[in-house]
Amino acid sequence: MRHGEASANDAEGRGAFALAKQYTTDVLASFYERLYLVRRAEERIGEIYPSDRIKSPVHLSIGQEAVAVGICLALREDDIVSGTYRGHAAYLAHGGDLRGMFAELYGKDTGVARGKGGSMHLVDMTARVLGTSAVVGSTVPVALGFALAQKATNTGRVVAAFFGDGATEEGVFYESLNFAALRSLPVLFVCENNFLAIHEPIAKRQATDRLVERVATFGMPAVRVTSGDVFEIEDKAASLVEHVRAGRGPAFLECHTYRWREHVGPGEDYDAGYRDRSALAEWQARDPLAALAARLPANRRAEIEMEIERRIEDAVAFAERSPEPVAEELFAHVYAQ
Amino acid sequence: MSMHSNGHRMLSYVDALREAVAQEMERDERVFVMGLDVDDHKGIQGSTRGLVDRFGPDRVFTTPLSEDAMTGVAVGAAMAGMRPIHVHIRMDFLMLCMNQLVNMAAKSHYMYGGQLRVPMVVRSMIGKSWGQGAQHSQGLHSLFMHVPGLKVAAPSNAHDAKGALVAAIRDENPVIFVEHRLLYPTEAAVPEELYTVEPGRSRVWTEGDDITIVAISNMVVETLKAVELLQEVGIQAQVIDPIWLQPLDMEPIVRSVARTRRLLVVDNAWTNCGASAEIAAQVGEALGGLGPLSIRRTGFAPTTCPPAPSLERHFYPDPGKIAAAAYAMVRPGETGWVPDASRTVLGYQQAFRGPF
Repeated sequence: MRHGEASANDAEGRGAFALAKQYTTDVLASFYERLYLVRRAEERIGEIYPSDRIKSPVHLSIGQEAVAVGICLALREDDIVSGTYRGHAAYLAHGGDLRGMFAELYGKDTGVARGKGGSMHLVDMTARVLGTSAVVGSTVPVALGFALAQKATNTGRVVAAFFGDGATEEGVFYESLNFAALRSLPVLFVCENNFLAIHEPIAKRQATDRLVERVATFGMPAVRVTSGDVFEIEDKAASLVEHVRAGRGPAFLECHTYRWREHVGPGEDYDAGYRDRSALAEWQARDPLAALAARLPANRRAEIEMEIERRIEDAVAFAERSPEPVAEELFAHVYAQ
Repeated sequence: MSMHSNGHRMLSYVDALREAVAQEMERDERVFVMGLDVDDHKGIQGSTRGLVDRFGPDRVFTTPLSEDAMTGVAVGAAMAGMRPIHVHIRMDFLMLCMNQLVNMAAKSHYMYGGQLRVPMVVRSMIGKSWGQGAQHSQGLHSLFMHVPGLKVAAPSNAHDAKGALVAAIRDENPVIFVEHRLLYPTEAAVPEELYTVEPGRSRVWTEGDDITIVAISNMVVETLKAVELLQEVGIQAQVIDPIWLQPLDMEPIVRSVARTRRLLVVDNAWTNCGASAEIAAQVGEALGGLGPLSIRRTGFAPTTCPPAPSLERHFYPDPGKIAAAAYAMVRPGETGWVPDASRTVLGYQQAFRGPF
């Protein structure tokens, strides 16, 4: 997915979305498709959640979709993605199975982890989405292990390792940066900085806000995107992926973003006192989904939306009608044979 | 290496470990070795010496002192289809690996519904004597036995070390492989060809009807010496070495205790919530209420390990303490038998001179 030669749009070419004018309608549609899929799948989860039919705590990415979508569009389909417990976005953006995801949230036997993982442990190895973890930072070195294996077997694949700003406070994060740089591993580190760890703002947790500068001292390109603009994220990621794929070692991308909903669950919690609704308004004003919707021809947009709504309803219906795992399943997969 | 009088090749524990790894690396190109110092001139007391020359720095490499991340790297590489062997020169350092071992390695196959597997080996060594002290001496195997998804091996001799390590490398699951420093120079008959000592397979060392003694890791050596002393006073012990602590081969132990009605478990670890507690509990569950049953455990003193020899002597089980405990169980009416102290010190300990 790269820049088109001509633009079907008359983007103004300044401020946010400056890059959008370089893209064809088809390319814009591909961005919109993935953004819309992630947003609507999670909104649908939020609608179902109060019914208690979903049996797994959900950490929604609503508002943060641009990071996962921008990065995954910069990757090859056979590249590998490692996400987090707030991982629906990366999972879906890299082609994780939608039906299997909903069934997993419902605790059904047809779930991607057969009802034994839940929302925080999504995985789809067919789509090369690695399993996610509830323990912050734990998947970062695991992603490195995959990268080590790619390098050892010359697959030419890149591993994109997603994590949040909280993970950058874990010791294992710095251990991982060092080892990846030391061994020139094919890893793109992606920090989704939403400025929050549960309810604690980053200023209460980090001595300085110079994450990219800190990472650069490990000897890898380190870039910060503050706009939340999906095109800028994709563009920066594409350059870094090129660097990584060329065998020149890991790279780092920090993307500022914003979590619209509460830490866990589908609600809002702006009355809780730890953050201000004005921040939400600011981020919503530059929501790439809304902006992109306005740029697509109406019929094209309707087509995309109708198809995705159909897929989501199909996945929900699949989850609803799927059987629960039988009792014996409790004892399966403790050890691999 | 030497030849036994019966024609078998005698190999030391350390050489058996190295041979197992080298032969598996030769056989399977997915196998690689990583860990601080695995490629230096000492090669983890010799257990990895020469491997880097033979297999190259891509397959045998040192690591930063980043146990947490490096364990994660091993987990990820294993998931991606490789066969990592992660080496730690002391078991105490595994405390830095716990998140990855317990939360990722042990659980991934299960919590990802079978989509991923983690065939990795974590080798680590327990130290003893000559001032190893608080953080170079711990036998922490029971921590790992507690967690479903992990396997644990603690072989007591060169033969089982090679066979269990080969089995561990070939296993589809994370295996915590527990070695004891004082076993490294001990020799046993070790076939040159590849063979496995499979998970869940125990070994009976001696036959006897008076008492069952289950001994773990280097406590097998101490216990066999105790058995000699017991024989001199007419007590016959059946000694069972589990080799693998998870899965644990309980059937022969239960069968033996069903006959002797007496169980002594000797562990190279604390008894509280330890492997000895688990074995005792399982025997109690299987045989309790079916007649007289006497169970005792012995292991580390419930203290931190001190380096001063005068204190350390009281910290560890030794052949004298083991024999005295067994004697008291078999002949509860009689008191006061204590074996000659000069005969309760192990040969290899007398010969050993530091530093490690």
